[in-house]
Amino acid sequence: MPTELLEFEEPIGVLLKEIEALSMLPRTAERERSIDSLRRRADDIRGQIYANLTPWQRVLVARHPSRPNTLDYVERLFTNFDELHGDRRFADDHAIVAGAADYKGEPVVVIGHQKGRDTKQKIFRNFGYARPEGYRKALRVMLFANKFSRPIVVFIDTPAAYPGMESEERGVAEAIAFNLREMSMLEVPILVVVCGEGGSGGALGIAIGDRVLMQEFAVYSVIPPEGCAAILWRDANRKVEAAEALKITAPDMLALGLIDAIVPEPRGGAHNDYDAATALVDQALTQALDEVSEMSIETRLNLRYDKFRRMGTEGQAFVDVQSDTASS
Amino acid sequence: MAWFKKVRKPIEPPADKASRVPEGLWVKCPSCAQILYNKDLTASLNVCPKCAHHFRINATDRLRMLFDGEWQEHDAGLTSTDPLHFHDTKPYRDRLETSINATGLQEAIICATGRLHGTEVSLAALEYGFIGGTLNAAVGEKITRAIERALDRQLPVIIVSCSGGARMQEGALSLMQMAKVSAALARLDRARLPYISVLTDPTTGGVTASFAMLGDVNIAEPKALIGFAGPRVIEQTIRQKLPEGFQRSEFLLEHGMLDLVIDRREMKDAIGRLLRFGMVRRTSAAAPVDADAVPRPTPETVPPVS
Repeated sequence: MPTELLEFEEPIGVLLKEIEALSMLPRTAERERSIDSLRRRADDIRGQIYANLTPWQRVLVARHPSRPNTLDYVERLFTNFDELHGDRRFADDHAIVAGAADYKGEPVVVIGHQKGRDTKQKIFRNFGYARPEGYRKALRVMLFANKFSRPIVVFIDTPAAYPGMESEERGVAEAIAFNLREMSMLEVPILVVVCGEGGSGGALGIAIGDRVLMQEFAVYSVIPPEGCAAILWRDANRKVEAAEALKITAPDMLALGLIDAIVPEPRGGAHNDYDAATALVDQALTQALDEVSEMSIETRLNLRYDKFRRMGTEGQAFVDVQSDTASS
Repeated sequence: MAWFKKVRKPIEPPADKASRVPEGLWVKCPSCAQILYNKDLTASLNVCPKCAHHFRINATDRLRMLFDGEWQEHDAGLTSTDPLHFHDTKPYRDRLETSINATGLQEAIICATGRLHGTEVSLAALEYGFIGGTLNAAVGEKITRAIERALDRQLPVIIVSCSGGARMQEGALSLMQMAKVSAALARLDRARLPYISVLTDPTTGGVTASFAMLGDVNIAEPKALIGFAGPRVIEQTIRQKLPEGFQRSEFLLEHGMLDLVIDRREMKDAIGRLLRFGMVRRTSAAAPVDADAVPRPTPETVPPVS
């Protein structure tokens, strides 16, 4: 059980400390009862806290160092995973993993951002900031899936595309843009699970799908709240307000018609129970895959187009005041 | 010590004389400091005749520069409803109001159909004066409709980008417009209709990472800032100063991201030639075979509205 607690989980921390202190004492029936009741109380409090998270607190949960990541899900949901490396153009980007695997015995392609957990891993994965070659690798592996009519499962968890010099030199914008265009035309089913941070174009660059699912405490945003606060409020410390204003939570995204469904998480977030979290993702994926696989290619592509085509129109993000006018 | 002292009066500039020169008659070029007569500048499409500095122009001037004559504007009434009820240091609604009043447009883009060297095109030009030409739900919808209109009527598409990226005040709704427009461009691509992307100063963020980089041909104006992450963000990441010319058109050309960097005064002719290349199979009575044969009207001789 991971022990890193977030600031707002302080009440749970107090109880956990008590439990720890009690477990030092000699084992008695009395001690077991106290520990049990403390555990139940901690669980209750955790449930209460997580039922009332503010958007900024959700950002912290989505970025939690122990939150299950792409490779954690690959390990638990898929078998026979063979990682496929490199974009065949420049390099292998470690911030995006891609490969072939079996899901319920059927071959699929799995792709996802990987942030890394300890310092060494984080540096190796560039903290999940993908470079152009990551997006190009992802598309290459997707085309591999497309060629052999295998579905694609994508996990999204990135702060952003890497904002560095080499990213610009090698055309990170072009890499993302090209993926957006080509993914809309891939014939095979594409299922996207936003499992952590959906960081702007860096996320969207591999997140075009027939079903875009979002875990309960994941976030999806056009800009990180800190960046938004720095630009609009001219003060990065207003991130809490920015997180609120940007409508980045899963319920907000669903209400705006920008995702298809929310995948519930176990009490206290996915990082508290990997297996339960995985089971819930599994359930949602299976259902989505069944629905999407049944369609003909033409239907699937039309529905995928229509889905993104409607974004912004259904939530009434604009009005059409007048019709065409001639002018010059 | 002199017995008499000459009292010097300070030379006062005659107040009325200075005001005889009307405001805005002369413009100083920020690049070469040349004082330019405004009419000369307009005649050279807002490019400095001395040093070829490209002044930023608005979307209407862009249309006037590219179309042969009159054009038909589409979806001019589309306007944002502030879907997130966004409020930072001031309400997003106020920012919209200010931009609408300042530009006379309802959103940060003009979409129109008209002829360019005789070929009918669907053209969209972003307006930087409207919240930095940012991409929001309404702008995304207008571009998508412009592309779908082109698909319907078998027209080439030209999008002139001038934008700071996705509009933060509409959150992920803005982000998803990148996907929406790109999907429409995929259909245009598969229908083998030409798409020419014109990148002007500045083209950054989500606009670069979607339609601006997807042209069959990507053309930029000289020295335009073009990139994904902003220069300040990159400096923060790498903790050093960026080299001169980083993220400018010439830098992108050198790194293989652009097809052409073209002076604004030659832009229309170049687009005309490329359209002829892309539309050759579709040439009909409506579009002359030799587009170059059509005389190019100067901005002053724009034919009257029909």
